[in-house]
Amino acid sequence: MSHGHAEVLTTHDVHHDEHGVHHHHQSFISKYVFSQDHKIIAKQFLITGMIWAIIGGLMSVLFRLQLGYPDQTFPWLEDILGNWAKGGKITPENYYALVTMHGTILVFFVLTGGLSGTFANFLIPLQIGARDMASPMMNMLSYWFFFGGSIVMLSSLFIQTGPFSGGWTAYPPLSALGDASPGSKTGMDLWITAMAMFVVSSLLGGLNYVSTVLNLRTKGMSMTRLPLTIWALFFTAVLGILSFPVLLSGFILLLFDRHGGTSFYLSDIYIAATNTALPNEGGSAILYQHLFWFLGHPEVYIILLPAMGMASEILSVNSRKPIFGYMAMVGSLFAITILAFLVWAHHMFVTGLNPFLGSVFVLLTLLIAVPSAIKVFNWLTTIWKANIKFTPGMVFALGFVSLFISGGLTGIFLGNSTLDIHLHDTYFVIAHFHIVMGVSAFFGMFAGIYHWFPKMYGRYMNSTLAYIHFWVTLVGAYLIFWPMHYEGLAGMPRRYLDYSNWASFNQFGDLNKFISTVAIIVFATQLLFVFNFFYSIFKGRKVTTMNPWGATTLEWTAPIRPGHGNWEGEIPEVHRWAYDYSKDGRDFIPQTEPIGPNESHH
Amino acid sequence: MTTTGVFLLAILALGFLITFQIAKASEYVSVLKGEKKAFEQNNRINGFLMVVFLVLGLIGVYMCNEALYPKTLMTHPSASDHGENIDTMLKITLLITGIVFFITQILLFWFAYKYQYSEKRKAFYYPHNNKLEVLWTTVPAITLCLLVGFGLYYWFKITGEAPENAMRVEITGRQFGWIYRYPGKDNTFGKKYFRMIDEANGNMLGMIWKDSAMKTPNGVQNLKADASGYDDIIETSAMYLVKGTPVKLIINSRDVIHDVGLPHFRMKMDAVPGTPTTMWFTPKYTTEEMKKITNNPNFEYEIACDQMCGNGHYSMKGLIKVVTEQEYKFWLAQQKPSYKPAEAAPAASPAPVADTAKTAAAGTANAVLAAK
Repeated sequence: MSHGHAEVLTTHDVHHDEHGVHHHHQSFISKYVFSQDHKIIAKQFLITGMIWAIIGGLMSVLFRLQLGYPDQTFPWLEDILGNWAKGGKITPENYYALVTMHGTILVFFVLTGGLSGTFANFLIPLQIGARDMASPMMNMLSYWFFFGGSIVMLSSLFIQTGPFSGGWTAYPPLSALGDASPGSKTGMDLWITAMAMFVVSSLLGGLNYVSTVLNLRTKGMSMTRLPLTIWALFFTAVLGILSFPVLLSGFILLLFDRHGGTSFYLSDIYIAATNTALPNEGGSAILYQHLFWFLGHPEVYIILLPAMGMASEILSVNSRKPIFGYMAMVGSLFAITILAFLVWAHHMFVTGLNPFLGSVFVLLTLLIAVPSAIKVFNWLTTIWKANIKFTPGMVFALGFVSLFISGGLTGIFLGNSTLDIHLHDTYFVIAHFHIVMGVSAFFGMFAGIYHWFPKMYGRYMNSTLAYIHFWVTLVGAYLIFWPMHYEGLAGMPRRYLDYSNWASFNQFGDLNKFISTVAIIVFATQLLFVFNFFYSIFKGRKVTTMNPWGATTLEWTAPIRPGHGNWEGEIPEVHRWAYDYSKDGRDFIPQTEPIGPNESHH
Repeated sequence: MTTTGVFLLAILALGFLITFQIAKASEYVSVLKGEKKAFEQNNRINGFLMVVFLVLGLIGVYMCNEALYPKTLMTHPSASDHGENIDTMLKITLLITGIVFFITQILLFWFAYKYQYSEKRKAFYYPHNNKLEVLWTTVPAITLCLLVGFGLYYWFKITGEAPENAMRVEITGRQFGWIYRYPGKDNTFGKKYFRMIDEANGNMLGMIWKDSAMKTPNGVQNLKADASGYDDIIETSAMYLVKGTPVKLIINSRDVIHDVGLPHFRMKMDAVPGTPTTMWFTPKYTTEEMKKITNNPNFEYEIACDQMCGNGHYSMKGLIKVVTEQEYKFWLAQQKPSYKPAEAAPAASPAPVADTAKTAAAGTANAVLAAK
């Protein structure tokens, strides 16, 4: 704090009449808290996201304890959870609250806010050659709405009736009726409020990302010279802008049904707990699902595209090879973006949806596998005949590709309505989406963090810890989620806290124990990563060269610790695409280098 | 916190500390050795681990399959005709995706190992190749068309109209159990209205057994008794189906969304309040036969709720008994219609569900009925 103050005194006079580039009359508050510097905002998103990830991950450890050891008691649980774990056993209310919050937190607050919030903010200006976002003010607000939403969501954990507990998709009538589930009382109001703030944050951020990419590219940076990270983050923002408002409208109708006496989603309901028939008639519970999944499916790609973009970039840099099929990669990102809007009802094959309509969604859903396949084959060709450096970022990018293949292929099962009848809402689904958008998006995020940490903090993370982190997490993720496919093939439903009373599903007791044990180990390993992260911010090995990975992109032409404005002096000009690695016998050619007279054409 | 808890935490902390010290030390060592040498060593280790992971992973996939496949439903035939189609589709998809899975994963980790950094190697500048890209756009597209084709063929078969001779059973979900209704001798379901639900008087589904005037938000509604409901059989213990006879389920919910999940028949359909849904299938084996097929004397066809429906979701179990035609007739003969004209007075009627304590505070609907 005092250090920040000293800086104010010294810099204040000097910069009083300076504008544009070095725009900093900064106190501690305006530099680190209400900062408008995209790099600081990125770090704020990242660290908030990491805190959320620890909370959300810990929740999964707690409910995995229940799933792995349903007949055992853990007295220490009562110490930390109080009434929620009377006598050391997690109550059903608590179990469902944990499951619901785990989903909400990880999907929205970590893998949307934490992932694209961090990297869109950090990379867009640095990689396109801009001093900051188009609207730094909106950018700052985007973080603070995210922060506000986080606080509201967190506070819902501490109210008497508990947080919302009806699943992260919040289907009404369950989410609309407090009498049907205690979690649907105040907890749900807080959940909706937090989500509304989250949507606002997403929109402010997304509009900014799009306008920045479109308007603030440096001289020579045509759209086709953009690194794939930027393309991915751009399409992510477009997806968010077009789909989050629909989600919000769905939430608002839900709020009306909860408190305004409307019947958008409610009809023919008799609540046994209070012995009353509700006045609502004529609503459709399925309407909500359409509105929800119109965001919900693009959301999957909002989570995945940034990871794809970063993996593409990191694979190319560390293979010392250009990304294979740049235009095909952009094209497939575009195709995924379009298709993402046209497949939402594949989550609703067994809701009584018209079978013909269902068949259209089958076709469109399986179409997504085509651009996905293109991406996978292009990644494979990128590492073919490469000269691979296994930096921590690189190993995670390779892990990302492996997980994306594994999880993507099971999507072909679930997207096919015939198979979905059998597999819907079983552990097969859990396995599928945890691999393809949970762990693989996390791998993309880890790859990004390890790769750009030197740019963020001017230091390296410890690579031995990083390799331990990688191998334990990769092996662990497969050990946890691979066997779950088999539970799904046994028809085992998700969101059950105890299977012992079921003749059809009680054969997996040992497996559930095994999965829970691995989950605890993997969680502990993530703490190792968190420790490495914070330790390295202060004590990591210092970066001494401007371009430690030998990369072509613009962020590595900025100073090791760039100030607000990113480049001292002129913004660099761009003369080529971002992937001239190993061209004409040279290890790499930065984007800023003009095309030579004898240079071969790609 | 218990001593074991403290002990475990201490072990965890110690593990962290040791790992961290090793990591720290390795960083110093790399400084001593020179960055280049340390990098090359790290690279070799990770490259080697890539191929180790591939080999162990493939062995793991095999072992996992050996251990868990017998525990899935795939080891014995599906209990419905639709299920057979679904199993065929599953096998086709498994085959195709399995091939792709092995090829791509092997290439990925093999390339990672083979093309690891070496001072002698020059990376191959290979930015694009249109032929290759067209190849791996069209091949997946054609393969997927195949899968879509098969999938939709079965999908329309399964979701098509139920045969004329199908028996009809209504199943209604509620927190947290299932109610089954048979149309009775007249083979017609009597009308019902959710405001008529009166658990205390054995009217779990809101059957319109009497003329009544209901106060609703839209004014007083006059409901005429529906005589076709007098012989309806309402059951909560189990649903009886006949082997070889198609059955069409009419699916309802009384409160929130539930889902009729029938893993052995490979069938599933949501129960949505206010919007009835249907599904049909033909059971192939009686419960007794399935006991032999699965080699499990405790086998039952269980109905699992597959849609999050509240805190009791995990316990929302129903039963289906598939029996022979003869056994079914015998069972049906024993069933009495739920309508009891003589015992309409609340005190005399047996309370069918456990909610008796709460019925004292029954709402206006009750009062209207009692007054009549």
